Amino acid sequence: MPRETTGPGDDLLLEFRDVNTYYGDLHVLKDVNYSIRRGEIVSLLGGNACGKSTTMKTIMGVVRPTRGSVVFDGEAIEKLSTSARVKRGIAPVLEARRLFPRMTVFENLEMGAYTRKPGPEFNEDLERVYSLFPRVKERRAQLAGTLSGGEQQMVAIGRALMARPRLICMDEPSMGLSPLYVEQVFDIIQEINRQGTTIFMVEQNAAMALSIAHRAYVLQTGVVVLNGTAAELRENPSIREAYLGELQVNATA
Amino acid sequence: MTSFDVYLQQVINGTSLGAMYALLALGFTLVYGILELINFAHFNVFMVGSFVGLGMLEALGVAPNGAALTGFALVGVLLATFAVTMLASGLLGVGIERIALKPLRNVKGPAAMITTIGVSYVLFNLVLLGLGADAKNFPSPLPSVSFAIGGAVLRLREILIWVVSLALMGGLTYFVQFTKIGKAMRATAQDPEAARMMGVEVDRVIIAAFFLGSALAGAGGLMFGLYYNLTSYVIGFTAGLRAFTAAVLGGIGNVPGAMLGGILIGLIEAFGSYWISAAWADVVIFSILVLVLVFKPAGLLGRVAPNKS
Repeated sequence: MPRETTGPGDDLLLEFRDVNTYYGDLHVLKDVNYSIRRGEIVSLLGGNACGKSTTMKTIMGVVRPTRGSVVFDGEAIEKLSTSARVKRGIAPVLEARRLFPRMTVFENLEMGAYTRKPGPEFNEDLERVYSLFPRVKERRAQLAGTLSGGEQQMVAIGRALMARPRLICMDEPSMGLSPLYVEQVFDIIQEINRQGTTIFMVEQNAAMALSIAHRAYVLQTGVVVLNGTAAELRENPSIREAYLGELQVNATA
Repeated sequence: MTSFDVYLQQVINGTSLGAMYALLALGFTLVYGILELINFAHFNVFMVGSFVGLGMLEALGVAPNGAALTGFALVGVLLATFAVTMLASGLLGVGIERIALKPLRNVKGPAAMITTIGVSYVLFNLVLLGLGADAKNFPSPLPSVSFAIGGAVLRLREILIWVVSLALMGGLTYFVQFTKIGKAMRATAQDPEAARMMGVEVDRVIIAAFFLGSALAGAGGLMFGLYYNLTSYVIGFTAGLRAFTAAVLGGIGNVPGAMLGGILIGLIEAFGSYWISAAWADVVIFSILVLVLVFKPAGLLGRVAPNKS
């Protein structure tokens, strides 16, 4: 497996350096290395229970590595609290959206900005979210639990943007969405990335993920087995068989 | 007295008692909402609160049979007594959490709940050993003014309980709805992991819940003393169990539910005592609790908890 060639001068935002994590005796991530450059969309592919969600939890500090280091913007963050990581500019879009169902859409957006001081920047970011998602603006006074899945995903992305993050970690942004919303969500992810936010995305929908990602990693039972540009991976026969084929089964299901 | 007057009198008594239970019930519900922990130490935080109030009134020179205060002196003494009692009770609650419960935060099973029972008995016995078993006269600075409404009597102490309870419940509702830490409390209650990933320091939210709940219990304990003109080391268990019932009746974890449950339990106690007898009040209260739980297990305003896995 070729290791990422990242010489000095490459502008790395997030790195995993030989990260190992355990749940009790279960060894989940095994000597995992990722390098995510500023301004990229990087996708993490893999089957069920391969360590994708653990990767996200390790970035956010919900799971701590037993060995290895997580480096964000040149600083080792693996010992920092989740709150400290959010303050440094990492925001999550959680699997299954995980909005606060009995709070309004607006309150959910406020929670996204929880670690920030109140001020005019809050309103700027709110306007940005509302202009990206006019639907979210319409629904702002509604309880988040009453929205459709697609609308909830937009709020979840908006909530992450309210942290004014440098890196957004997305866990399965297309999960449970109708094809129409999947397209919209991926368009929005690209738009957010064009505006300057780096994106690290776990995604089952490999075809969609590879259509917008710059690069991707493939994780199998806790080991990175492949990485490369999205174009390379799209042409890779084993990827086509394992992930792009799987998509067609899912799409007709 | 006409029967209407009798009913009106029960409503006056019941809502006053109920307001006290509601204040106490809020502490159970705030902590349960965040930690899914039933905090039995809360019973005796209420009891200690009433003794703090007693000490504060004595320190301010209010004697059991002394002259009632009026005007600014009365308002000043009440404000100071409520403030000190609530602060002391709030700190007691936070102390209990830090010393006895935080070390058990990641222990699964009933260990934390059992610990709260232990802490409750420690408080109970400390007061028993330190201050004795006999009920203490509770000095009241309130003038014995009362108003006749038909045949029913409304005393100043009931008005005080209503006013203070409404102010505290209004304040708590504002806090939970509109302040940053209040919103963090609601978010944590709804999804602790997601709240943490927004950058909420859950430990601070827990401290806030214990402080607020315990401060409200302290205010309730002080009102108990002012209402009955006595306090004793046993009041935590009687009032606490009814307040806990109120929290469950309203839907534990639900703030308006605790308020509604408290008022209902107070009314049930007042009417039950009148129609049957005071000795049977608890039987009526707990029978109604059983019925509600059979037909509406999540409580009146509660939701069936979604599976959080």
